[in-house]
Amino acid sequence: MIRRRTFLALALSLALPAAAQEPIRIGLVTALSGQSARAGEAITRGLTIAIDELNAAGGVLGRKFELLRRDDEATPAKGVIAARELVFKEKVAVLFGGLDTPVSIAIVPIMTEAKVPFMGPWAAGTPITKNGTNPNYVFRVSAVDEIVDRAMLQYAQKNFSTKKPGLILVNNPWGESNEKGLRAAMDAKGVKPAGIEKFEGNDVDVVPQLTRLKAAGADTLFLVGNVGPSAQVVKSLDRMGWKVPIVSHWGPAGGRFTELAGPSAPSVHFVQTYSFFGDQRPIGAKVLKMLMAKYSDIKGAGDVTPAVGVANAYDAMHLVALAISNASSTDGPKIREGFYRIGSHEGLIKRYNKPFTPDNHDAINENDYVWTQFIDHQILPVGMKK
Amino acid sequence: MLVTSALITGLGLGSMYGLLALGFHVTYAVSATVNFAQGSSMMLGAVFAYGFAVRLGWPLPLAAALALALCAAYGALVELVAVRPFARRGSNAWLMATVALGIVADNAVLFTFGKEPRGFSMPWAAGSFELFGIGISKLQLLIPVAGLALAGALHFFSRNSRSGKAMLAVVQNQEAARLMGINVPVAICAAYALSTVFAGAAGILIAPLFNVHSDMGTVFGLKAFAVAILGGITSAWGVMLAGLLFGVTEALITTLLGSTYTQILSFLLVIVALAAMPNGLFGRAEVKKV
Repeated sequence: MIRRRTFLALALSLALPAAAQEPIRIGLVTALSGQSARAGEAITRGLTIAIDELNAAGGVLGRKFELLRRDDEATPAKGVIAARELVFKEKVAVLFGGLDTPVSIAIVPIMTEAKVPFMGPWAAGTPITKNGTNPNYVFRVSAVDEIVDRAMLQYAQKNFSTKKPGLILVNNPWGESNEKGLRAAMDAKGVKPAGIEKFEGNDVDVVPQLTRLKAAGADTLFLVGNVGPSAQVVKSLDRMGWKVPIVSHWGPAGGRFTELAGPSAPSVHFVQTYSFFGDQRPIGAKVLKMLMAKYSDIKGAGDVTPAVGVANAYDAMHLVALAISNASSTDGPKIREGFYRIGSHEGLIKRYNKPFTPDNHDAINENDYVWTQFIDHQILPVGMKK
Repeated sequence: MLVTSALITGLGLGSMYGLLALGFHVTYAVSATVNFAQGSSMMLGAVFAYGFAVRLGWPLPLAAALALALCAAYGALVELVAVRPFARRGSNAWLMATVALGIVADNAVLFTFGKEPRGFSMPWAAGSFELFGIGISKLQLLIPVAGLALAGALHFFSRNSRSGKAMLAVVQNQEAARLMGINVPVAICAAYALSTVFAGAAGILIAPLFNVHSDMGTVFGLKAFAVAILGGITSAWGVMLAGLLFGVTEALITTLLGSTYTQILSFLLVIVALAAMPNGLFGRAEVKKV
C-alpha cells in the first residue's frame, strides 16, 4: 500500500510540472481560402509575430503560446463547427475571429455559452461586441462599423464636399450593420442620401443599382463590400463611364483589389487602422523587421498586405497576453476580468490606455483610422507617392 | 436612360443564362438527362482559358479554342462517368452523380488554380463608348452577339451536318435511330460535349466582367436551370429567349424597383409563368405513345 502511494506521489510530482508547462492554446477561426484568403493569412502573421515575441520572453504564467488555425471558408456554418472544435475539444484559452461579420456573429453565442473570451482582430460589425450578452465575452481590436460610418461621412464631406451620397452595400449582415450606421451618421448631420442600393456578393453586373443612384443625383458613393464584390462595383462604374468619388469601408484591402478592379482601383479611398508606409515609431520598425525576417515574401512595407490584419492581430495578441497575465489563470471568466485591468500598453496602432471597460469592448476608435488607396498593388495613405 | 441601361445589362447576362440553359436543352433532348453541375462546366471554361492566356501567355483565340476543347472532353467524361452507368440501368441517380462530379471539379480547381479569385482582363474588350447617353463597354455588346451566334450555329449544325442530323434522329426516336445504324451512345456523349462547350463559352465570355474562381458558376448554374425550365427545356430557341427574358427582367426590376426586390420578384415571376404554362413559355407537352 505504502509503495503504491509513493508511486502515485512520484507520478504526480512528475506530471505536474509537465502540465504547468503545457502551452496556452490560442484559436483562430478565419477565412484561409476563397476571396479573403490573404486577409486570413495577414491575421495569422500578426498573431504569429506577437506569439514569437511573447514566447521568446518566456510566455505568460511560465507557459508559452501555441496557435491553432481553422478555415471557416467565410461561411457561418463552417465557422461555428470550427469554433466548437477549438473551444470544446482543443480547449483554447482565447479564440480569435476572422474578417467576416456573419461568421463572427454566429460564433458569439458559442463563446458566451462556453465562457471563453472571443477576440475580433478584423470583422467590424457593430453587433459583434454590442451583442446584448451579459457577461459579454467578446472583445475587439479593430474598426467598428458605426464608428467607421461616421468617419466615412466626415471624410467625404471634408474631401469631396459631399451633399448627396449614394449607398451601395453588399447584401449580408455586414452591409446591414453599415446601413444602420450610415443612416444614423447621416441623420446626425442632416444629410439625405440619394439612395440605398444592395448587391449580391456574386453579382456580375452592378450597373442597374449604380444607374439608379446616378439618376437620383448621387455625388459620392459609400461602398461596403469585400474585395471581390467591391471590385465588381468599380468595374461596373467603368463600364458606365461614371467618374464619382468612392469612399469605402475597408473591404478592398482583403485581396488582389488592383487586379480584380482594374485601372480605376485607385479611385477608391478606404479606411484602415494602420499603414507600414511613412515614418514609423520604433515598434512599427521592429514589427516590420520581424515580418521580413520570418516571411521571405516580405521585402518591405508594401508586402505587408493587408496591413490592418497584421497590425490588429499583433496588438490584440499582446492585449490577450496582458489579460491572461492579469488573470493569473487561463480560466475564461478570469481572463474576461483581466481585460478590464489592462492599464497602459505601447501597441503598434497606438498607445493603449485602459482599452477595455465593462461598457466598451472596442479598443480602437475614429482617432486611430488612416485613409488609404491602392497604388499599383500597395495600400498607401491617400496622397502618398510610392 | 434607366431602361436602356437595364436592357443592355439584361441582354448580356441573359444571353449567358441562355447559353448555359442551351446546354441543358441539348442533353435533355437527346437523352432526357442533364448535367446538373452546368455551373462547374462554365467555371472550367474560364479557368482553362485563364490558365492558357494569362499563366502561359498564349494568344487569346488559341487559349479559348483549347479551353473549349478541354470542356468538350470534360463533358464527355461527365456522360461516361456520371450519367451513362445510371441511365443504362433506368436509375435516376445520374441526378446526384452529376452534382457530385461538379463538386469534385470545383474542389480540384480550388486546389490547383488557387483559393483567390483572379482578374481576367481582355484589353481589346475593355473600352467603353457612349450610346443613347449611357456608357457601354464593347464586351457588353459582344456577349449577346456571341451568345446568339452560338445558338444559331447549333441550329445550323443540327440541320445541316450528318452528326447533327444523327442527333436529331436520336431526339425523335432512339430505337429507330439505332436501327438506322446511328451509334446512339456516341450521339448522347457528343451532346454532353456540346453542352459543356456552351457552358465553357459562357464562362470565357463572362470572365472579364466578373473574376475567375472555383465557385463562379454556382449561382449561374442554378439560374440557368430555372431558365431552361421556364423556356421549355425541349425548345432550343425557347431556352435562349427565356434566358434573355430572365436577364432583362432581373435588370429591369433592379433598375425600376430597387435591388431589394430583384430575387423575390424574378423567381416569383418564374413560378407564375410555370403555373400558367406548365411546359414552359415555348415548350410543348411531351406525348408518350404506349
